[in-house]
Amino acid sequence: MTAAEPKIDTESLLLFDNVGLHFDDVTALEGISFEMRAGETRVILGAAGSGKTTLLKAALGLIRPDSGRILLFGRQINDLKEKELFAIRSRVGVLFQEGGLFDSITVGENVAYPLLNRNTDAISMDHVGTKVVDALRFVELEQTVDKFPSELSGGMRRRVGIARAVITEPPLVLYDSPTAGLDPITANTIMALIAKERDSQNAANLIVTQRYQDGQLMANFRYNRTNGHLEPVSGNGGGNGNESNPTHTIFMVMKEGRLVFEGTQMELEASTDSYISKFVPKHY
Amino acid sequence: MRDFLTPPIAALQDFIILAGRAVRNVFRPPHYADDIFLQMDIIGVGSLSIVILTGFFSGLVITMQMSRALAQYGATGQVGQIVAITLVRELGPVLTAILVAGRNASGIASELGSMKVTEQIDAMRALGTDPIQKLVTPRMIAMCVTLPMLTIVSDFVGIFGGFVIARLSLGLTASQYWTSAYQALEYNDIVQGLLKPFVFAFVISLVGCFYGLRTTGGTQGVGRATTQAVVVASVWVFVLTALLTRIFVNLN
Repeated sequence: MTAAEPKIDTESLLLFDNVGLHFDDVTALEGISFEMRAGETRVILGAAGSGKTTLLKAALGLIRPDSGRILLFGRQINDLKEKELFAIRSRVGVLFQEGGLFDSITVGENVAYPLLNRNTDAISMDHVGTKVVDALRFVELEQTVDKFPSELSGGMRRRVGIARAVITEPPLVLYDSPTAGLDPITANTIMALIAKERDSQNAANLIVTQRYQDGQLMANFRYNRTNGHLEPVSGNGGGNGNESNPTHTIFMVMKEGRLVFEGTQMELEASTDSYISKFVPKHY
Repeated sequence: MRDFLTPPIAALQDFIILAGRAVRNVFRPPHYADDIFLQMDIIGVGSLSIVILTGFFSGLVITMQMSRALAQYGATGQVGQIVAITLVRELGPVLTAILVAGRNASGIASELGSMKVTEQIDAMRALGTDPIQKLVTPRMIAMCVTLPMLTIVSDFVGIFGGFVIARLSLGLTASQYWTSAYQALEYNDIVQGLLKPFVFAFVISLVGCFYGLRTTGGTQGVGRATTQAVVVASVWVFVLTALLTRIFVNLN
């Protein structure tokens, strides 16, 4: 392990307390409880339609639960009005499934959007321009600043989405299926960027995915700021238990709106539950 | 019965909430002036050519039809009066509104629907922008400003179309036609002719936004939302014109 360990902060960023949500007769979320702290990486696995995206949207207050409480940065967001939520949401970065970029404006304007939209003091356009180029350089797409999202490939759109999510350096970043529908090489590039962002900013990450490999990479690799590469956190590339889980990665598994597993990679791999073990390829 | 009635009543309730928020946002910052002007260009300038074309031909047709009936009473000289009243009070506002509903309610619904299914609306909310403030209110203001203007253009071009027939086919002089058309119009007709497009604009823009924002089910859902928006907006134009005409006829 070459990179310094992130400072462990026990501040609670996101708390779900017995959250339930139904759409007509369909149960989207049921009895969801967990607490996410600063410095943690949480990987939510689950089959399509298991409620992963709904959980992520509920965490942002985009969908309101029928029951239970959701606390974001210690503030209960269930009952807040939309305008009151804006200030809290500005501290959260989010990457939507297909990037969620605005089609009608350029890549540069998309990335600048969170900066220009914040209800803070006016910032100079030069500063915004510099930050946009920096954010796009981070995802290695600075040449696309004047292009429109429709001119980019799926993987590039997601990389721009990551740049937009992290330009304000938020303490918590939510990723909704960042690798869905991408080829393995592009998917690895995206995950490497997410790990790089996590270890550059010490941000907490909540990653919703169907691919175990995404979580495996987050749990066992760390970005080395000195040489600019991803490196395994231990000799054999595996996190073994809490003490040697330096990336503080916790796996969660969802099934039909319920949280059926919460634990480390080792606990996940040791699970004998037939549903949970389906997410862990045999060779790991 | 209850299952049958619940969805339309719930939809009406959602529509009224959307309309209330859109109107409230007119008086609240932030105001997106760029979006308002962009929409005025798309709705107003973009619809101008088709409104002129249909306005002209509707005036032309009304004059041809009416001249036959008036000829029986030897009153073809009064054709300008009939064309002016029909167009200013009813056909100008309704035809223009139907055209704009077909052209722009569909455009609004498909644009907002695509944004909804690609999570751009969620992204907007996540990034601290109220989609109603940013997307709905500018479209509503732009439509309320441009539709009455388009209607005025349509009315004038229609009356001019009538003049072309009156002059070439019926042999009326310009002063005969225009004096009869001008003198036929009363204050009540003008108010009615401008109030109707304003009300239609409000409904067409909000129906387009409403169906766009509640789109679900991917690209198929966008197509469905677009169709629903055009159908519902067009039906409301006819219902509202009947209601408004009834009110103004009673006022007379």
